[in-house]
Amino acid sequence: MAVIEAIGLRKMFGTTAALDGLDLTVTQGEVHGFLGPNGAGKSTTLRILLGLLRATGGTSTLFGHDPWRDAVSLHRRLAYVPGDVTVWPNLTGGEIIDLLLALRGGRTEIARTQSRRAQLLTDFDLDPGKKGRSYSKGNRQKIALIAALAPDPELLLLDEPTAGLDPLMEQVFQAELVRTRDQGRTVLLSSHILSEVEKACTVVTIVRAGRVVESGSLADLRHLSATHVSARLADGRVVDAHVPPAEVAAWVAARGPGVQAVTATPPTLEELFLARYGDTAEAPTAADEAAAPTGRRGRRR
Amino acid sequence: MTSLTGTGALLRLAARRDRILIPVSALALTALSVGSAQATVALYPDAATAMKELGPVLASPSALALYGPATTTSLEGLSIFKTLLMGAVFVGLLAYAVVRRHTRIEEEEGRLELLGAGAIGRQAPLTAAVLLAVIATILTAALSVGGLIGIGFDPLGSLAFGATWEIAGLAMTGVTAVAAQLTASARGTAGWAIGALAVLYLLRALGDTATTDAGRALRWFSPFGWASQVFPYGSNRIWLLLPAVALCLGLVAAAFALLERRDLGAGLLPARRGRTHAPRGLAGPVGLAWRLLRPGVLGWLIGFVLLGAVYGGLVAQVDTMLSDASVQQLLADMAGVPVASLLASLTGVYAATVLRFMAVAAAAAGIGMVLRLATEERATRTEAVLTTGTGRWRWYAAFVAPAAVVTGALMVIMATVMGARGHAALAAAPPVGQVLQGALEAVPAAWVLVGLAGLLAGWSPRVAPYAWAGLGLAFVLGEFGTTMRLPQWLIDVSPFAHVTVYPLGTWEWGNVVGLSLVAAALTVAGGILHRRRDLG
Repeated sequence: MAVIEAIGLRKMFGTTAALDGLDLTVTQGEVHGFLGPNGAGKSTTLRILLGLLRATGGTSTLFGHDPWRDAVSLHRRLAYVPGDVTVWPNLTGGEIIDLLLALRGGRTEIARTQSRRAQLLTDFDLDPGKKGRSYSKGNRQKIALIAALAPDPELLLLDEPTAGLDPLMEQVFQAELVRTRDQGRTVLLSSHILSEVEKACTVVTIVRAGRVVESGSLADLRHLSATHVSARLADGRVVDAHVPPAEVAAWVAARGPGVQAVTATPPTLEELFLARYGDTAEAPTAADEAAAPTGRRGRRR
Repeated sequence: MTSLTGTGALLRLAARRDRILIPVSALALTALSVGSAQATVALYPDAATAMKELGPVLASPSALALYGPATTTSLEGLSIFKTLLMGAVFVGLLAYAVVRRHTRIEEEEGRLELLGAGAIGRQAPLTAAVLLAVIATILTAALSVGGLIGIGFDPLGSLAFGATWEIAGLAMTGVTAVAAQLTASARGTAGWAIGALAVLYLLRALGDTATTDAGRALRWFSPFGWASQVFPYGSNRIWLLLPAVALCLGLVAAAFALLERRDLGAGLLPARRGRTHAPRGLAGPVGLAWRLLRPGVLGWLIGFVLLGAVYGGLVAQVDTMLSDASVQQLLADMAGVPVASLLASLTGVYAATVLRFMAVAAAAAGIGMVLRLATEERATRTEAVLTTGTGRWRWYAAFVAPAAVVTGALMVIMATVMGARGHAALAAAPPVGQVLQGALEAVPAAWVLVGLAGLLAGWSPRVAPYAWAGLGLAFVLGEFGTTMRLPQWLIDVSPFAHVTVYPLGTWEWGNVVGLSLVAAALTVAGGILHRRRDLG
């Protein structure tokens, strides 16, 4: 069952297009990695799915409902963590977490999530008694993460949620993603930290300039991409190449009978990613150049 | 002196960042002092006439507490009576703003860390901030001195007037320098510095209204007391600047001593630990909005109660002060009534005029509350609320509804205090019930501007601050339009032009209902715009 369904999503900011016909399907139980460089339209997509922005064109549904019209009822079923959390300077971390919980479902929601909240405070090592203004970026991020994770919502929308977290906390976050996946709940994780996505995500969508350039399971994407193989030949020389996965055996056979050692490395997500972007890095096309600042501005809004 | 290295560079940076704030403040305060001085001189033919009319008011405890003692009986001295201490407070606030901006705020935002890593001495930032504050206040005082001399006032007296402002500027520079060292937050600095200013002003007010010598001595414990004892255009005691200079130097030295005893980013007083769980009241958009608005509302409430008490005292003295026809005409125009009714009940008209002006202040309170909606959105905190099952209408209403209620409540409270005090002091003054009803008639006009703020905040957080321009325009058109002989259709644009407070005790239902409907329409339109647009 599709939890998120977006078809041909378009969003204009003035005359520039932040999203240019983006398609996205997230099915239940998926931890879906949403990849792309800064300004590709990831945040804009999430903000449309949250009903904060109104799409200029295309359709999108969450749990089969319109995210703009049914924002309130949908929001009770999901939780969102932005990449740059701002908090009320004169409220303490504990107050902010309770407030965000209460906004979802009143005081009963605070009572219901009490033990999870306490556990997450311990896991993320957050002092809830400090005033909002005195938290560092990483600690502000933790506040939003705890408030989002504690109620165990059906859907988590996470927009680069680990910015500012240290590696230890990153691990706690990964464990939470796995927990969410094991319980059959759904996650859409926007990120440009590829190792983070690679560890927890089952499905990946790569966006560029407001369009999807690749989408599928990580295994499928790997299958489509070249595997890196290297072999030490009879004379001690080492040769390597990138070949399609299906042709690995043939490539090794073609090295001759005296091959001493072979390594075959499936492409990392980073390589997959760079393969989709490599051309623009070297020779950006006119269209890309025009689109790049658009998305960046879009993110900020 | 390596600890001062970089002071010059920092001072230039600070001056550049304040290149709008300081000149605009200086010019505005100069316009205040010179403009009001010129208006007074133009109003009265000579000092004797002025004294005959102003004398009883000047001697009243309310005026003494608010403005300090009249400095002299010369016309020039009377003409700066109101702007002397009021202006001094503003100059003090300017010094406070400059020092706080370039010390604790910079530190809290982390910019001082960036600078501190460069070749900048440890004492340089505070030194630069203090120097800039002193320069800014001297500039402000000097402009006023020049302006007063320019309209033909006595040069020595004008210089003494400048000295009163500089006394306050120096004192608040020192006070803020110390306050910035005490707490780790800019808000804490604000609390300590503004709190000190309030206490110092209160000490002076207590001293000035005291009836015993021991009580009067209190004024010497406050720089505002020194300022009120300079007596420009009278005894011209410019030497009272000296204790202010000493106080400033002493406080700044203390600030440096404190600075040496703390880490960057830390305060001397430990940051208080807060609650680890939300209190019961903080459980929804309304609770959150109220928590954010509460401190401001409390400040307005205190202000309105105090002003109610002061004006209540003045209502009782009003019948002794207005015997000049031109003053009567001016007041009658401002109140929107013919002179005949004015003579019928001076106290009633005075109360009505006060109520109309207070309605403008109440509107400002309401606008400030509504604009918090835009502030939250600009700070991107709104999306945290609107992605958790809170609808946009509820969020909008959580700010607009309290703003409307507080606007009305402030007027009711102020009118009750003013009416009660005025009627108790003078039986001829209008009773509480009538004053209260007058206040209620003025409330819908304030609501229109609160509604305008809602409309603008609903439209876009960027245009929301223009609500202040709307208030300014409505105020000038509504209260001074007739005096300025502007065309009636232009005056009628202002909601305040349709407030018929006087005569007290009769309802003008057409205006009350009409203004209320306009206010409601603006508010709903703002909510619709807010619902329909992109957010954040």
